[in-house]
Amino acid sequence: MAPRARIRWQSRQPSVIPGFGLALGVTLTWLTLIVLIPISGLLWRSSGLGWANFFALAFDERTVNALAISFGTAFVAAIVNLVFGVILAWVLVRYRFPGKRVIDAMVDLPFALPTAVAGIALTTLYAPNGWIGSLLEPLGIKIAFTPAGIVVALVFVGLPFVVRTVQPVMEEIDKEVEEAAATLGANRLQTITRVLLPGLLPAGLTGFALAFARGVGEYGSVIFIAGNLPYVSEIAPLLIVIRLEEFNYAAATAIATVMLFLSFLMLLVINTIQSWSRRRYSNGA
Amino acid sequence: MALDIGPTPTSAPSTPVGAATSETRLARATLIALALGFVGLFLLLPLGTVFIEAFRKGAGEFLAALGDPETFSAILLTLTVAGIAVPLNLVFGVAAAWAIAKFEFKGKAFLTTLIDLPFSVSPVISGLVFVLLFGANSALGPILQSYGVQILFAVPGLVLATVFVTFPFVARELIPLMQEQGTSDEEAARSLGATGWQTFWHVTLPNIKWGLLYGVLLCNARAMGEFGAVSVVSGHIRGETNTMPLQVEILYNEYNFVAAFAVAALLALLALATLVLKTALELRYSDEIAASRRH
Repeated sequence: MAPRARIRWQSRQPSVIPGFGLALGVTLTWLTLIVLIPISGLLWRSSGLGWANFFALAFDERTVNALAISFGTAFVAAIVNLVFGVILAWVLVRYRFPGKRVIDAMVDLPFALPTAVAGIALTTLYAPNGWIGSLLEPLGIKIAFTPAGIVVALVFVGLPFVVRTVQPVMEEIDKEVEEAAATLGANRLQTITRVLLPGLLPAGLTGFALAFARGVGEYGSVIFIAGNLPYVSEIAPLLIVIRLEEFNYAAATAIATVMLFLSFLMLLVINTIQSWSRRRYSNGA
Repeated sequence: MALDIGPTPTSAPSTPVGAATSETRLARATLIALALGFVGLFLLLPLGTVFIEAFRKGAGEFLAALGDPETFSAILLTLTVAGIAVPLNLVFGVAAAWAIAKFEFKGKAFLTTLIDLPFSVSPVISGLVFVLLFGANSALGPILQSYGVQILFAVPGLVLATVFVTFPFVARELIPLMQEQGTSDEEAARSLGATGWQTFWHVTLPNIKWGLLYGVLLCNARAMGEFGAVSVVSGHIRGETNTMPLQVEILYNEYNFVAAFAVAALLALLALATLVLKTALELRYSDEIAASRRH
């Protein structure tokens, strides 16, 4: 494997550092075995279904509903995260208050806490007899076991994405830009909305898209709180699991392929947004 | 300060210097309250709930729940799976970062994208691909079965799914760090007569050790906490193929809430330990781990 890789992917500049063939060989072998073959297997199985069969499975009413619920709730959650993520990043970058360092570290909790743990904790809180659920029940608001519960779980899961993409860009903002705006007569609100926020747009959109993409595929934290009612609060990843448990591999494969395709489409959109904004606000953000 | 609200351009010279480039005290207080309220509601309250529910019936019940043989075997299985998956991805991550950061070659950007691929795949799909590859109606499954090799519903399947899900962690942490460090240290070592391995062990490894630890930490947290992917390949055989997160699900669905939250509390402790170590590394060795804190 290694010698062949060396001939085809020769290092461009002659280097005294050894190990190119070995390192690239290990990388390509491992990548092929763990990622490329399994993913190709999925696509191959999916292509074996035939177009008519594939479309019938992928656009089955329950599947379309599940996909709509996954994408819809992930979108709403990503919007919530965009708004509060930007506020949280701003507060962490600009202000001083007690416990700030702890709060900053806690932002990464959703990355570190297993999703199943988050799922049962949120369900316990938002269930009709839970701390938050029992406060909302008299107002006629139900969160757990409704699509709103899915949004709550996805807000938890997606929060760090927005904060951690926006925060470093905020730290780089040159104070002089704000001073210039103020000198030219802008009040603080104008400076924020017309000078600072446009500069944060690329990072904000990237964080939004990352949170959205993560939310669409999320499973562990959602299934406990969602109630999992078909056509109402059943997410697409759960439908894949249900089809697998019925040994309906064809349907599971078709749903997974549609989800993969939509995720790649989203990655493409993310990259387009980023390169567009880089051209428009060429501030290196 | 109270007068600063909505200063008109004509009054600009008379306003204090800070007013035009910072928010009013009221605005600050509101934003801080919003941010803290959000963190409290969505992060701290769920975390607190885990521990409150785990100790709802006292420490005795908590310990009894953890002493259950099925739970104990779930803990062992989680340690085994992470113990295999993390070192595998550590070796891969170092190799990938060495190739990508120290050399120039065609297709490098594409290779980097492929390494990130598992991050954009739903955990359930990460498990599904292995079910399709090794399942009963696949090409490989029956052949392996005839040789007595069990992949699905056994440790190898759990390890494969976990390796897939945690695939990019170490590589993503090391690539930017090693690119930043360049190749001059290694070139110097080589010119002084060091062999390739000596260069790696005595020059490169000490340079990247904190970044490597950082990547391994995140990789391990995900490996031990993964739910969706392992759930699909596990088969949920009690006492045999249930990892800790799967055990949490089973106990919870049986309305055994104290036991479910007791296992969950262990996982939450792991998450907290990860956060503490991660923050310590960021504070102490910020120049020796990749400058940005991406995931």
